[in-house]
Amino acid sequence: MLRYCTYRLTASLATVLAGASLIFFMVHLIPGDPVAALLQDQFTPETAAAMRVRLGLNRPLVAQYLGFMGNLVTGRLGTSFRSEQPVAHIIASQFPATAQLAAAATVVAVGLGIPLGMAAAIHRGRVLDVLTMGGALLAICVPSFVLGLGLLLVFSFELGWFPMLGGGTGGPLDTVRGLVLPALVLGLRTGALLSRISRSSLLNVLGLDFVRTARAKGATRRSVLYRHALRNSLLPVITILGVTVGHLLAGTAIVEVVFSRPGIGKLLVDAVLARDLPQIQGTLVVFLVIVIVVNALVDIAYSLVDPRIAYA
Amino acid sequence: MRSDAAGPNRRAASSPLRLTARALLRSRGALFGLVVTFGIVLAALLAPALAPYDPVQQHLLDQNQPPTLAHWLGTDRLGRDLLSRTVWGARLSLVTGLGAVLVGAVQGALLGLAAGYYRGWVDGVIGRVVDTMLAFPLYLSAIFVIATLGPSQIGVVLAVGLAVTPVFARLTRGQVLEEREKEYVLAARVVGNSNRRVIAVHILPNVLAPLVVLASLTVGDAILVEAGLSFLGLGPPPPTPSWGLMVNDGMVVLTTAPWVSLGPGLAIALLVLGSNLLGDGLRDAFDPRLRGDA
Repeated sequence: MLRYCTYRLTASLATVLAGASLIFFMVHLIPGDPVAALLQDQFTPETAAAMRVRLGLNRPLVAQYLGFMGNLVTGRLGTSFRSEQPVAHIIASQFPATAQLAAAATVVAVGLGIPLGMAAAIHRGRVLDVLTMGGALLAICVPSFVLGLGLLLVFSFELGWFPMLGGGTGGPLDTVRGLVLPALVLGLRTGALLSRISRSSLLNVLGLDFVRTARAKGATRRSVLYRHALRNSLLPVITILGVTVGHLLAGTAIVEVVFSRPGIGKLLVDAVLARDLPQIQGTLVVFLVIVIVVNALVDIAYSLVDPRIAYA
Repeated sequence: MRSDAAGPNRRAASSPLRLTARALLRSRGALFGLVVTFGIVLAALLAPALAPYDPVQQHLLDQNQPPTLAHWLGTDRLGRDLLSRTVWGARLSLVTGLGAVLVGAVQGALLGLAAGYYRGWVDGVIGRVVDTMLAFPLYLSAIFVIATLGPSQIGVVLAVGLAVTPVFARLTRGQVLEEREKEYVLAARVVGNSNRRVIAVHILPNVLAPLVVLASLTVGDAILVEAGLSFLGLGPPPPTPSWGLMVNDGMVVLTTAPWVSLGPGLAIALLVLGSNLLGDGLRDAFDPRLRGDA
């Protein structure tokens, strides 16, 4: 077990380093000149050269790369071109808002998706199943920004139940009120994917031999369902959870823009629009690390839940 | 529920393609998807004839008009006709979505064919790269590529294309691993065909069907990501009638003129719904096990 954890975490670390290298080189292949974008109408060969020196862009690419990776290991991510603040600080200031949003959305996704998917499987072909799967299809097809604007219009503007703007700067109740709609929008799509997987997984398990055996030995439908089938059907759902959390994180950019919330998703988009290379790199690396760590944790949790997984 | 009473003889007489088409048309969801998608494709093709106004022409006296007989979907804050913009936007959305899937499918198929056929270090290298790419969620990979190429139409096609590549690569590799052990491949090699010829002429046609199905299932996602990128301002620049951009445009007047955002928003949802249902239908229709009792 310990060996498996060590292996899994080492592999994750390697993926982070490979991914960070990929990010660095891709970002530095940008065809446009970031210095020109920064200086705009103050652009002259002299100011450009001075800025290049100041930003360290005049150094050879390999030297820049080694500097970037070296800084990365010590937790530094460079300085933002635009605001001239340390990238790590900017990310740290925006991160809590995104973490809150992602956590709340995960609660929505897991809390709605898995129970509804399982209920749909139990009532296969009946009204509940049709409604749940129809709803899941809609949640997958309606873009989150359209759903978000629709909800804003109805629940914030018409009914006034939730704030129109921002994450709420007042007390904890304000924060929660500001979080409801964004979390719902972000979580629904993931919840829809989870409900589909839960449904097909439970249907699959209910068709297996051991379920028939349990029924044959006289166990009631109820007890077969709760004691045998549900638990086993959760395994594939857990695996997919890691992937979906990654998707959920990536979706934060759109939700943060729609609901005018701060956060690292919006930070990334703004950095791309402003061609702020260190900020782009740093934010992407942070996203990468979160996605990979979540996946590793899910894999380890999976091996704990299912002893059949080989620790190799 | 087999609908034909003729039994095995009649089934044997039908070609696989006809069986597939029949299974597709028998599913209500797939039929709906087909009709919706076909309708939007038609609207996109006929955009110059269908659109009542120039999609970028501003009519500053008719700003934010609600839907009327003159402007069926209303006008935006520059007085541009939203129906015309939505119809032209269909063109853009379809071209971007299909283009991106084509880029992803071709790249993924090439990687998967090479990895699955040659195995060894080729497989190792491609496998690592594909795994690393799969660790990135779709949106993030796409934003990442846009960060490199800069916001533009072609940037979005390449970004979404690259983002969906690993899925195609993985599927192709798995299929090729299975095919390459079959005797016809051995036979093709024994008679002296080059590796490239074996891959292109013998293996590729046999792994194509699942790729087509995956492609049809990916179009919806591609259109969603494309719309999302445009919405964030990472797509084509402003006067372009892009659905995502139009929704973003309407955000400032959401409470006074909600139709500016909601019209194009519903268009995106409809197209994605249609193409997803069509993709699901194709997947089921291509699967002989599901086709039998569809």
